[in-house]
Amino acid sequence: MSFLGKWRAWLEQKLGRTVVFVQRGNYREIIDLLRSGKIDFAWLCGYPYIRHRHEFRLVVVPLWRNQPLYQSYLIVPADDKRTKTIADLRGKVFAYSDPDSNSGYLYPQYALTMLGEKPSIFFSRTFFTGAHRKVVEAVGVGLADGGAVDGYVWDTLAEVRPDLTAATRIIDRSPLLGYPPFVARSDIPAKELDHFRQVLLGMADDPLGSELLGRLRLDGFVTGRPGLFDGIAQMAAKVGRK
Amino acid sequence: MIFRRNLSLRWKIPLRVMAAVLGTAITVTVALVVWEYDEMRQNLEGHAKSLGRVLANTLVAPVLHDDIWRAYEILQSARETYPAAPELQAEVVLITDADYKVFVSTKPREFPIGSNPATRGGAYAQLRTGLVSGDAMAQRVLEPADSPVYFVMSPLVADGVALGHVILGYSKVSFVPRFVGLVKRAALVTVLVLLIIAPISWVWASRTGEPLLRLAEAMRRVPGELEESRLTDLPNSGDEIGQLAAAYQRMVSELKNKQELERQMLVSERLAAVGRLTAGIAHEINNPLGGMLTAINTYQRHGSGNDPLALSTLSLLERGLTQIRHTVGALLVESKAKDRPFASEDVDDLLILAESEAHGRGIGVVVESNLDGSLPLPATLMRQILLNLLLNALAAAEEGGGVRLVVESAEKQLHLAVTNDGDYIPQERMDTLFEPFATTSERGNGLGLWIVYQIVQQLGGEIEVESLPGCTTFKVEIPYGNTV
Repeated sequence: MSFLGKWRAWLEQKLGRTVVFVQRGNYREIIDLLRSGKIDFAWLCGYPYIRHRHEFRLVVVPLWRNQPLYQSYLIVPADDKRTKTIADLRGKVFAYSDPDSNSGYLYPQYALTMLGEKPSIFFSRTFFTGAHRKVVEAVGVGLADGGAVDGYVWDTLAEVRPDLTAATRIIDRSPLLGYPPFVARSDIPAKELDHFRQVLLGMADDPLGSELLGRLRLDGFVTGRPGLFDGIAQMAAKVGRK
Repeated sequence: MIFRRNLSLRWKIPLRVMAAVLGTAITVTVALVVWEYDEMRQNLEGHAKSLGRVLANTLVAPVLHDDIWRAYEILQSARETYPAAPELQAEVVLITDADYKVFVSTKPREFPIGSNPATRGGAYAQLRTGLVSGDAMAQRVLEPADSPVYFVMSPLVADGVALGHVILGYSKVSFVPRFVGLVKRAALVTVLVLLIIAPISWVWASRTGEPLLRLAEAMRRVPGELEESRLTDLPNSGDEIGQLAAAYQRMVSELKNKQELERQMLVSERLAAVGRLTAGIAHEINNPLGGMLTAINTYQRHGSGNDPLALSTLSLLERGLTQIRHTVGALLVESKAKDRPFASEDVDDLLILAESEAHGRGIGVVVESNLDGSLPLPATLMRQILLNLLLNALAAAEEGGGVRLVVESAEKQLHLAVTNDGDYIPQERMDTLFEPFATTSERGNGLGLWIVYQIVQQLGGEIEVESLPGCTTFKVEIPYGNTV
């Protein structure tokens, strides 16, 4: 059985109800589904959560390396020895993961803004891969001269596919930012929200649950508070998108 | 060149067979390689065109949405390898925009996004010229001169507008391993065939060449060793070689007959000359001899004196002259006009004579005669012939050996054959055997065979001798009825 299948079965057993995972190619579609009430819960990036924090309710925040925090990495091809900072990538091709991603879009935009650059014209070409892992691939093969990637994804990939990450080199790490949280639609019944939250919080103490978390390279969940994502909110404010 | 021409058939045939096999293998391989190349080119073009069409259709959406990553993923999936036909895998796939800038490529490091492929020069510079010059909406195959790469270009069309091109670049070098494989296989098969053919053609060459070699060896002996050449074991088959051998055998035996005939003619001519000479001399001697003997005779009867010295002298002369007359008479055989016919009793008489001679040396004499009554042949001469031959045979026979006499009369021919088991007559003596005084015998006067020969000649017959070790036969054939 696949990982998601196992996780779904585990959740169904704990929640005592049917669970359906819905996957989409970008955050935009997930946000739309959540806002329209077609799904109850979502694992979102911190950036879209911040932008819709009044519409969504925070359920839990995953713990990675025992912290509900992570970083964005800026990477270049491993054979590019000269690039030191993002400023050296002027006029180059840059790969983002998703326009609604914090680590894969917002942070590089923020970093350029702080350098006084206009992100929209700084690179000659940019493109979205739709996934962090594909950013690593695009940079690795030289399709892009640089890319922004979720540090959690890069580090995990370094364990399972070291060949992919070895083709890239990290030139910049963002400050620690709030880890992509689990959120619920705003009109979720309090009982259901709480049940789901308790199940997730107890996952680390459950044998099968901790095994599943191990597969995700996560240590567990904390309740978290919206203030955890203030850093992202500040970056979004600087970049100018609300 | 000379060496090749002089090479023995033993080598020539296998070498030619090998050369034929090799030639065939090379021709077939070259034809196969050419055919394979055409086939591969057609396959490749068909494959590339359909792949180009599919890619062009699929890539319209990503290009319109500027979705570089999606386009890259599609190109990657289109570059899947075909282990069975590695040449079908494109070396490079480029998607260019309307300005001939790289939108995305399968080799981003060589063809970065937004770069101009023409800056790489060579085939890619010519590619641009080709793109500009042709029909922008048609699929095309471009093969720039002196380029290791050639291209299949498919337009990216959306709503009748050309967005750019999908360019599949194929390496010509990728054909090489396939050709090498083909040539290797052909070489392997050729070597195997040669390994099988080599011993077969060797045997074949021996079978074909061996009779010819024997024939050639036999021919080398002509004319020096005619007999050896004739006796050589030659191929006895119905094919051309067999016919050649048969013709050669005929030629040799005819050559031998001719030599034999020439020798015989030489002998008989010489004997005839000797005969004429002796006859002439005998006549010249006989005429005065007769007068001299008559004179002595007359003097002895009617002479006046009784001088004892004169009488003894005359007696001496008479004896000497008589001996001369006998000798000359022996040289000159003359048939008497009147003679009784030859009868079976004559044979019996001769046998009695011969047996008294044979008895002393323990020689057995066998007579086979079908003679019954008499034949119209002069008895005296016939007895002379038989007596001479019998005495010769007895003299030649081994101590305790045997002599055989055959007398047969058939179809107006009298056949005589006298055989002894003594030493054979060597070839060098054969030519002068019948000449007078040619004998080496201590007994006899050397005229026996000469007399026999003369008589046979006079009677219109023939005499011949066959002499092998332990068996020497004199054969005489004399016709009767027509002559005497």
